[in-house]
Amino acid sequence: MKFAVIVFPGSNCDVDMYHAIKDELGEEAVYVRYDEQNLANYDAILLPGGFSYGDYLRSGAIARFAPIMPEVIKAAEAGKPVLGVCNGFQILLEAGLLPGAMKRNKNLKFMCRPVTLRVQNNETMFTSAYENGEEITVPIAHGEGNYYCDEETLAQLKKDNRIAFSYADNPNGSVEDIAGIVNEEGNVLGMMPHPERAVDELLGSADGLKLFKSILRNWRESNVTHA
Amino acid sequence: MYKVKVYVTLKESVLDPQGSAVKNSLHSLSYNEVEDVRIGKYMELTVRDTENLDQRIQEICEKLLANTVIEDYTYEIEEGVAQ
Repeated sequence: MKFAVIVFPGSNCDVDMYHAIKDELGEEAVYVRYDEQNLANYDAILLPGGFSYGDYLRSGAIARFAPIMPEVIKAAEAGKPVLGVCNGFQILLEAGLLPGAMKRNKNLKFMCRPVTLRVQNNETMFTSAYENGEEITVPIAHGEGNYYCDEETLAQLKKDNRIAFSYADNPNGSVEDIAGIVNEEGNVLGMMPHPERAVDELLGSADGLKLFKSILRNWRESNVTHA
Repeated sequence: MYKVKVYVTLKESVLDPQGSAVKNSLHSLSYNEVEDVRIGKYMELTVRDTENLDQRIQEICEKLLANTVIEDYTYEIEEGVAQ
C-alpha cells in the first residue's frame, strides 16, 4: 500500500508519519510537497501535524488553499483513506472535508503529553483493529485543539456514529470530549492526538499503530484479490 | 485606493477562552463593571479601485479572513487613501 505524506511549509510531524508507515507498518511512504498537483498514484493520504504556513491567520487556514489541496479533496471524494492529524485535522476542517472548527484550548496553554483516548466507533476503516470502548494512550501536542461545532452538527455526528475517538479526561474543552471524527462516508478521519507518535513501546506507547494497521487491513480486503 | 478595515470576532454563541481570561484579569484589577470581553482580529486591507468592491470584500472575508463556523466579520470601506 502506498501512502502519501503531504509536506506543507511548516509541517513538522511528516517524518514521524513517514517512520510510522515505512518502519513500523512496513508499507511504502512518499513525501509529497504542498505544491505538487497529483495524488492519483497513492492509496491513502496523510496530512501531518505542525504549523503549516506558520498557522498565520488561523490554524490550517492558508494551507487549505495550497496547490495540493484540490487533489486531497479529489482523493477524499474518490473514497481513499484521508487522515489528518493535529494541524492536518485543522486543515481538513478549514477545507470543509470535516465539519466544525478549532478554538484555543480552554486553559489557553499549549499541551504536550500522553492522554487516554476511548475508541467510540471501531466500525471505521481507521479503527477496525481496536475494540469498541478500548482505552488507548496517544500523545497530544496542540494549543488549538478545542473542537467546536454547533448543536445541530453535534447531534448529526452522534446519530451517524461519526465520533471515532473521545478523550477519557478532556484536556482542551472540546465539545462532547471529541478527539477525532470521520466524514459522512467514513473515509476521512481528523484527530488532534498523534497516533504516529505512538507506534513503538520505545516511544511510550504502540497504541497508535493499530490505526495504521486498520487502514492497511481494510485496503487489502477491498483491493487485493486472492488467487 | 480604498482602505478596508475588517473586524473578525468569535460568534456570540461561541465561548471565547481568551476573552474569559482577560475578563478575569480585569476583575482582579477591580474593574468589576466589565461584563464581558471578546477578543478578535483587526485587519487593514489597502485595495485598488475595482468593480463590485463590496461583493469582493465579502468573498475575501468568507473565503479566508474569517472562519464562519465560529467567527463573525464586519468591515468598513474608507475611500480615497493616498498611495
